[in-house]
Amino acid sequence: MAEDGKEESVASSCDGSDRTEPDGSLNHTVPGDGSSLLRRMEICVAEAERRSGKNAVGMQETFTVYLIETRLLESVDGRNPPPDSLWRRYSEFELLRNYLIVTYPFIVMPPLPEKRAEFVWHKLSADNMDPDFVERRRVGLENFLLRVASHPVLSNDKILYHFLTKEHGWKEMVYETEFQAKADSRLRALNATFRVRSPNKPLMETKHYSDELQSHTSQLLRARTRVADRLYAVYKVHGNYGRVFSEWSAIEKEMGDGLQSAGHHMDAYAASIDDILEEEEHYADQLKEYLFYAEALRAVCRKHELTQFELEMASQDLVSKKQQREELATGIVRTFSFKGMTNKLFGQEAPEQREARLNLLEELIAEGEEAVKDKTAECEEYVERAWADVLRFKDQKDKDLQEALINYAHMQISMCKKGIQIWSNARECFLKM
Amino acid sequence: MSGHTVPADISGHMLDFDEDEDLEVFSKNTSLTDGDPIPNSPGSMVNQYRLEEDEEEQQQDGDTKDIFVTVDNPENHITALETFIMYRVVTKTTRSEFDSSEFEVRRRYQDFLWLRSRLEENYPTLIVHPLPEKFVMKGMVERFNDDFIETRRKALHRFLNRISEHPILSYSQYFKVFLTTQELASHKKQGPGFLSRMGVTMRAVANSVRGLRSRLDEFTVMQEYVEDFSNKIGIVDKVTQRIIKEQREYLDDLKQYSPTYFQWAESEVELVEPLKGVGSCVERCTKETEEQIQHLSEVLVPALHEYILCADTLKGVMRRRDNIQAEFEAKNEAMGSRKNDEEILQEEVDNLADRMEQANNALRGDWSRWKTIMRTDLRSAFVATAEKNMEYYEKCLAVWESFLVSQRGESTEQREEEHAS
Repeated sequence: MAEDGKEESVASSCDGSDRTEPDGSLNHTVPGDGSSLLRRMEICVAEAERRSGKNAVGMQETFTVYLIETRLLESVDGRNPPPDSLWRRYSEFELLRNYLIVTYPFIVMPPLPEKRAEFVWHKLSADNMDPDFVERRRVGLENFLLRVASHPVLSNDKILYHFLTKEHGWKEMVYETEFQAKADSRLRALNATFRVRSPNKPLMETKHYSDELQSHTSQLLRARTRVADRLYAVYKVHGNYGRVFSEWSAIEKEMGDGLQSAGHHMDAYAASIDDILEEEEHYADQLKEYLFYAEALRAVCRKHELTQFELEMASQDLVSKKQQREELATGIVRTFSFKGMTNKLFGQEAPEQREARLNLLEELIAEGEEAVKDKTAECEEYVERAWADVLRFKDQKDKDLQEALINYAHMQISMCKKGIQIWSNARECFLKM
Repeated sequence: MSGHTVPADISGHMLDFDEDEDLEVFSKNTSLTDGDPIPNSPGSMVNQYRLEEDEEEQQQDGDTKDIFVTVDNPENHITALETFIMYRVVTKTTRSEFDSSEFEVRRRYQDFLWLRSRLEENYPTLIVHPLPEKFVMKGMVERFNDDFIETRRKALHRFLNRISEHPILSYSQYFKVFLTTQELASHKKQGPGFLSRMGVTMRAVANSVRGLRSRLDEFTVMQEYVEDFSNKIGIVDKVTQRIIKEQREYLDDLKQYSPTYFQWAESEVELVEPLKGVGSCVERCTKETEEQIQHLSEVLVPALHEYILCADTLKGVMRRRDNIQAEFEAKNEAMGSRKNDEEILQEEVDNLADRMEQANNALRGDWSRWKTIMRTDLRSAFVATAEKNMEYYEKCLAVWESFLVSQRGESTEQREEEHAS
């Protein structure tokens, strides 16, 4: 929670629980209409429900839908506007995100909660239908919407607005934008390997950083999961003390009471780990968000590489065309060319042909210069926007993760206090043995 | 508790402790009618007095304790044939039976075994504290491993202290010999014949007995308790071992966990401090976990282990008591069929009856004494464990709280910087 008074308090979830807010007051990007969606509207993902229906191939399937509730903050006619709600599937969230990625490739896109449970300690089900998993996903989806709706650029998007307000026909709307074609080509391009001669240094450093972030967060998550597993076992074995103390107390006279009550505390100790680890799962979720954010960050840098590469290709092309023109005009062959070879072998071409070719080249050069100019502008604009969002992201990340680490410390403290209390009680009982 | 006017100590009743001969408590020829009156030697009267006092306090405390024994300084002893560990046994006493007030001898494990078997033979229904196991427990590499030696030394020390605190056993001739004689070998030569003689007797009895006629309820109850206790203490021990195992695995994973924070800190700027902070908190808690495991192994485990051995000792005591009764019953039965030697048999039967009575009394007295000691021992072991766990959590709590304080301090610093610029 933001402690700074200067930070705007933005409406969080409808049930009033605390949420981690992206910093809405920093505005490095091209301003939209000046106010992010979240300032005008309350958004929350209130519920989850199981549904069944026929899928695309006509087969029966079960899936979960999530209830998105929205409420305009400004009152209309002096009355508080009523809340609006609609149901969305996880796949629709994915669709929204894919659309946003293609439309705003320079934005470090907030991630969705994981599709399948990963890094779960064994007691936590990896089953997508498990109620705890569904609940944590609900929270993650809400977090996604809040991040998107408070983003200075993304929050102005119409498709986003309709996602939140238009239950039917939204999908069609998205497909009409023809973003799908762009999505496919983008994916292909991002996965290709190409060498860029002079990429933007800060963005390349950021790409390197995104790899580190991904690696470190996943290592931490893996290690934490193992530790959680072990701790669970330690606590649970103490439950066996509970049982045997109870049995033992039955055969003792003076020791009986002390043993019996100590046994109860051992049971309490064993039971306490469930809540402790469930709380820690929130911490894991916070880290996971940034694990996935790392991927989004990397994508922004890769897109720059792609754009820069295209620029370099276009420039390269222009240079070679200009060279060809020079050769044609002066007759001096500077570089090896097939045409040059055939000229030598079969004699030079007729002046009319040369003229035609020269004119064509001039056209192509003019086009090429236009293309390079456009591409350069595109590249520069991309770098500017991307860098702005990278900075915004870095600030957000530092703030969020610091908060997460502090929360983790609070969780540990709470666990220690519980332990002290239980063992203190047990000690009292043992003294009575 | 107290209420016995008849001391539970049969030997003090019947024989003089200062005799050098083996105490032939079980020989059929020993009887009151041999002409020995109940000796009124100062020794036995003092013993009786001490017993009553003990029944109220149940064991000698610091004030009345007049004999102090320590076991320390294990050293390798190498001969041509074998290598073994010798322990130093130091005795300090004000008792008049001892020629001096201080003694120092060297003893090996076998010597302790000898002492204990002598004591058990001579006091079959007294509860003689168990010795640490003869053989190396599984999981240990060798018997000359330092931890093993130290564990054994502590247990041997406890053993001798228990004997020295026992109102009857501490006055045993064997105990005195063990503590004072430089060369134990010559004393050890006596006895085995006696032991095998007793074995023959036992077997003869076993062969003729078809089971006890009627065991007194109180001993049946005792027997059942011993079975249950043995079972329960075994489970508690297993649970404790399992906890230690899980704790060790937890510790191993913790050691892999803290580095992930430090590694991450290397690629961060703003987050360096909080990441390193959390990393070092986890590191310190890892240390505390290590200490806690050690405490468990050094305090609770040995205590439980000792009482597992005690349970076996108790089973032996109950068996021997039953056998004494069986012997009496067999002879009693036989009496009915041999009219000729009736008079002699009657004598024998009476002797066995007395012997049985005294054995039962000895057990009764020692039983309540043992239960009290057991209660004290296990209570203090559990209390110590609970206290150590509290201490563990308190230390970890302090570690995390100081991290929070440092974070708060830093954020205030940051804010002041921002205000200034």
